[in-house]
Amino acid sequence: MKHSEHQDPFEKARRETGHSEIDDQNDPVTMVLRHKDVRKCAHAWSTFSSEDKPGRIVVPSEVGIRTDRQIPFEVDPPNHGDYRSLVEPWFKRPLESDYQDKLKAQISQLVDDVSQLDSIEAVNAFSLRLQSRALTLLFNVPYEESEIFVSWGTHVFRSEDDPLDSGKAQALYHYIDDKIAEAEKAPGKDLISMLLSAEFQGRKLTKDEIKGVIILTFAGGRDTVINMVTNTLAYLADNPKALTRLREEPEIHNKAIEELIRYFSPLTHMGRVAKKDTEVCGKPIAEDSRISLCWASANRDEKVFENPNEVVLDRKINPHVSFGFGQHNCLGATHARQIMHILLRVLVEKVEKIEHINQKDHVEHWGEFDRKVGYHSIELKFHPR
Amino acid sequence: MAKITFITSDNESVTLEGQSGSVMELAVSNGVKGIDGDCGGVCSCATCHVHVAENDVAKAGEASEIEADMLELEDNVTEASRLCCQMEISDALDGITLTVAR
Ligand code: HEM
Ligand code: FES
Repeated sequence: MKHSEHQDPFEKARRETGHSEIDDQNDPVTMVLRHKDVRKCAHAWSTFSSEDKPGRIVVPSEVGIRTDRQIPFEVDPPNHGDYRSLVEPWFKRPLESDYQDKLKAQISQLVDDVSQLDSIEAVNAFSLRLQSRALTLLFNVPYEESEIFVSWGTHVFRSEDDPLDSGKAQALYHYIDDKIAEAEKAPGKDLISMLLSAEFQGRKLTKDEIKGVIILTFAGGRDTVINMVTNTLAYLADNPKALTRLREEPEIHNKAIEELIRYFSPLTHMGRVAKKDTEVCGKPIAEDSRISLCWASANRDEKVFENPNEVVLDRKINPHVSFGFGQHNCLGATHARQIMHILLRVLVEKVEKIEHINQKDHVEHWGEFDRKVGYHSIELKFHPR
Repeated sequence: MAKITFITSDNESVTLEGQSGSVMELAVSNGVKGIDGDCGGVCSCATCHVHVAENDVAKAGEASEIEADMLELEDNVTEASRLCCQMEISDALDGITLTVAR
C-alpha cells in the first residue's frame, strides 16, 4: 500500500446493509453509508434535523461541552435561509481577484520559505500556517493575526487525547469576545463588524448569534483545510508523475481538485436528529434518535463512482458530497477550493518534486471502522525547480 | 458556435455566443445571475440548474443518470431541468433559450 493511500473502511457495510451503528456517550448514531441515502437524508431536513440541543449533531456529541448554537450550521429552514443569505456574499469573496492575489502571495511565500529548508514537518510548518494565514483573508483582518491562530496549534477545538476536553477552546472563546468588543468600539471592514451592522429578520444580530457564526468559521475550516492541504502534499510526494501532469495540463486542475477532495473527504460525517419515527435502508429510526450522513463512505460508493478507490485526476463527472449536500452545504467551500487552485498553481510553478521522509497517520475510530483522515505528522522535503 | 439565451430570475434576458466548453462556463464567464458553477462543472453542486424552453428540449438532449439523480433532489425541478455544466456547446445548441432556476 502506498503511504498516501486512504483506504475505504466502509465498503463491506455499505454493500451489505448500507448502515452501521456506533455508540457515542449513550446517544447512539446510525451511520448512513450509501451515496443515494446520504443525499436523500441530507435533503430531508424536516425529518432529519440540524436544530436540536447545540452540539448534538456533531459526532462525537458536544452537548456536554458547549451550549452555544453554531450558525447557520445548527439551524433548520426557514431561519437557516435567512442567516445563510446574510453571510453568503461574504463567503463568496474568494472569487474576487484581489483576494486571490493576496492568497497567491501568501502561498508563494510559504512555498519559497519551506523550499529553503532541509525538510519540514508539513502539518505544522505548512498546512497549519497556510490555513491560519488564509483565514485572515476570509475574516478580512490583518495578516499578523495569523500568528495568534498558528499559536493555538492544530488542536484548538479538541485536545488530541480527549475530544471532549473543552479546555483548549477557551483561548478561542476569549479571543472572539475581545474581537467583538473591539469591533463594537471601532467598526472596521472585517466579518465581525459586518455581522454587528447586519439586519436579521428586521433586527440586529445578538452577540451570541455573532459568536455562533465566528466560532463555526474557525471550527469548520480548521482540521478540514489542514487535512486537505497535507493530504494533497502527501499525494504529490507519492505520485511524482501527478505533479508533472498538473504542470503540463493546467486545464485539468479543476477536475483534479474536486477529485482530491472527493478522495480525501476531509469531513468524515455529520449528524442529524430524527424529528419523527422513520427508517433508513430498512432500519427503523426512532424519533429523537441520531443518524449521521457519512460523506466519506458516499464518496466511495461503487454504484456512483467508477474505480472509487483510485485518484483519477481528470474524473469528468464527480458528484461527490465532500462539502455536504442540500441546505447546509459548506459555506467555506469557495475559500477551500480557492486555496486548492492557488496551491496547485504555485506548486507546479515552483516545485520540481516533493520527497517523502516519514509520517504518522491520523486514524479515526468509528465503531467497527478505522478511517485514515490525514496525518498527525508528515516529514517532507520540497525540491525547488 | 452557438447563440444561447439566458433568462434570469429578474426576467432579464441575455444572449451569448459560445464557441466551445460548457454552457455553464459561458454563463459564469459572462456573469449570468443565478449560475455560479461552484464545482467547476463536475456535476457535484447543482448551482448551474436551468430550465430548457419547451421547444428546445430536443436540441438540449437528455440528462445522464448521474445528472438526473442530482436534479431529482433540487428545488424547482421540472421535466425541462438540466445542469448546464453537462451541456457542451456545439452547433446543435444554437438558438436555445434557458431559464435560470434560481
Ligand atoms: C476542504 C475543506 C472543507 C470541507 C471538506 C468541509 C466540509 C463541510 C461539510 C460536509 C459541511 C456540511 C455539514 C452538514 O451538512 O451538517 C460543511 C458545512 C459548513 N462548513 Fe465546511 N468544509 C470545509 C471547509 C470549510 C471552511 C474553510 C469553512 C469556513 C471558514 C467552512 C465552514 C462551514 C460552515 C459555516 C458550514 C455550515 C453551513 C450551513 O449550515 O449552512 N468549511 N462543511
Ligand atoms: S457546475 Fe456544479 S453541478 Fe454544474
